[in-house]
Amino acid sequence: MSVLVFAETSEGKFKKSAFEVTSYGKKVAEQLGTNVVVLTINSNEPTLLYMYGAEKVLNVSNDALRTFNAKVYANIIKQAAEKENSKLVIIDSNANAIYLAPTLAVNLSAGYASNVVALPTSTSPLTLKRKTFSNKAFNYTELTTDCKVISLAKNSFGLVENKVNGNVEEFAPQLIESGLTSTSVEQTTGKVTIADADVVVSGGRGLKGPENWGMIEELADVLGAATACSKPVSDLGWRPHSEHVGQTGKPVASNLYVAVGISGAIQHLAGVNSSKVKVVVNTDPEAPFFKAADYGIVGDAFEVVPKLIEKLKEFKANNA
Amino acid sequence: MKILVCISHVPDTTSKINFTDNDTKFDSNGVQYVINPYDEFALTRAMWFKEKQGATVTVVNVGNVSTEPTLRKALAIGADDAIRVNIEPTDGLAVAKELAEVVKNGGYNLVLAGKESSDYNGGMVPGMLAALLDFNFVNACIGLEIEGEKATISREIDGGKEILSSNLPLIIAGQKGLVEEKDLRIPNMRGIMMARKKPLTVVEPINSEAATSIISFEKQAAKAACKMVDADNVDELIRLLHNEAKVI
Repeated sequence: MSVLVFAETSEGKFKKSAFEVTSYGKKVAEQLGTNVVVLTINSNEPTLLYMYGAEKVLNVSNDALRTFNAKVYANIIKQAAEKENSKLVIIDSNANAIYLAPTLAVNLSAGYASNVVALPTSTSPLTLKRKTFSNKAFNYTELTTDCKVISLAKNSFGLVENKVNGNVEEFAPQLIESGLTSTSVEQTTGKVTIADADVVVSGGRGLKGPENWGMIEELADVLGAATACSKPVSDLGWRPHSEHVGQTGKPVASNLYVAVGISGAIQHLAGVNSSKVKVVVNTDPEAPFFKAADYGIVGDAFEVVPKLIEKLKEFKANNA
Repeated sequence: MKILVCISHVPDTTSKINFTDNDTKFDSNGVQYVINPYDEFALTRAMWFKEKQGATVTVVNVGNVSTEPTLRKALAIGADDAIRVNIEPTDGLAVAKELAEVVKNGGYNLVLAGKESSDYNGGMVPGMLAALLDFNFVNACIGLEIEGEKATISREIDGGKEILSSNLPLIIAGQKGLVEEKDLRIPNMRGIMMARKKPLTVVEPINSEAATSIISFEKQAAKAACKMVDADNVDELIRLLHNEAKVI
């Protein structure tokens, strides 16, 4: 049996998580003493996966699959798992992956563990560490079924280079019917999304009004970051709902999260706790966010942020 | 339209998370339980269909008797009746199998749920339920309109949204956007009084087997204290982010 990884593409290009989940799949395969096969759909450059340990890549090229459909995609992954005799399927935790995962698990009669954050702590029975209680704790879950599906939490394993001489095989699965029709897709392109960003810069009510967001955008620009905001800010209509991060908004699992003028309500922290390094700028030294942060500055955002932008520009010029 | 809304009974967001029995059980001591925040969006949307389009709304929970106050709260918000499947939930698949029986027996053609529960965060029950029933399913739903047998659904995708269409029956896993947060309902006194008289049916489980089991829990490791940097010395912050944290 081999380990099957599903590496997602967008417009033919691999998402960063595709490389992460391949890196992870390779290590799990080593733990299990087997090989890794990576399935991808409509990739322009499937050989890029060799860098992260993909010994074999199954590439599906089919224009009918340009638009994602969870049921159809889950069925293709199932066909690939059967073809490769894979008992373990690993996916990432992008919107599409977690959408198709439960369907895939039922189709394969597999146990499914989501939010996995580390390599298995045991291979028999397969035991996985998972995020739970909205990032306040972890649990260890045993999967006891013959087939297993796991979804790797974003940015929890990282990219691990492990160059191999792989091969790409074209794979032409049967396409099943789906009762769901996609009528339109609206996607902002050319801008870093909160889901994909390595760095996220987020503003709160401390910024006093939407007219002051220029400096947040500029700071994000210097850092190559996505912009986000706290719940009150999106409720007040200062920023679009799509930028709201926190428990009921988008989760953030970036390498660096910079919070400006956000006090750090528990619901906000639940959504951003998975970020590796958190920097907080707030006028109130008692703001609860300082307890959850790695680096903090007590100060007025209107003074600190412009200085930070200026100094970061200098830093980038010197380190270019 | 017969709507079933799946309700998870979860610790309030501000609860302290602790474990007992050698870290194998969640410590519910002193914990206030609420309707799962994601399910509230689903329930409020269901109320809209009830009021504007004459739908009937049933709420369901898979759990022991301790979840009944949470179901009563959903009735107080306006659901017509409630079902409790009398079993301590073990994993997502087992819950989905219990719910599949409820859907088949009740003939529901629209099932609304939150995209995940705020305690176990599995995000799997609605999708598994749909696969078991072979119903259409949309995850991370941020908008839902129904006309006759036809549904128009928006779902959140990375960096945007997608609009889909489907016939009923349909299962959706909702989140903020399905209704706005300001429109979420809280029970009023009249609702609470009426909820006492509404039917809450307890059904026996089919006792399906779980596919996974949680063997232990672990709290987040205590965090090192936040390093404070003087507001006049942002160079120091940049140095720390570069040399120590290595994130820039």
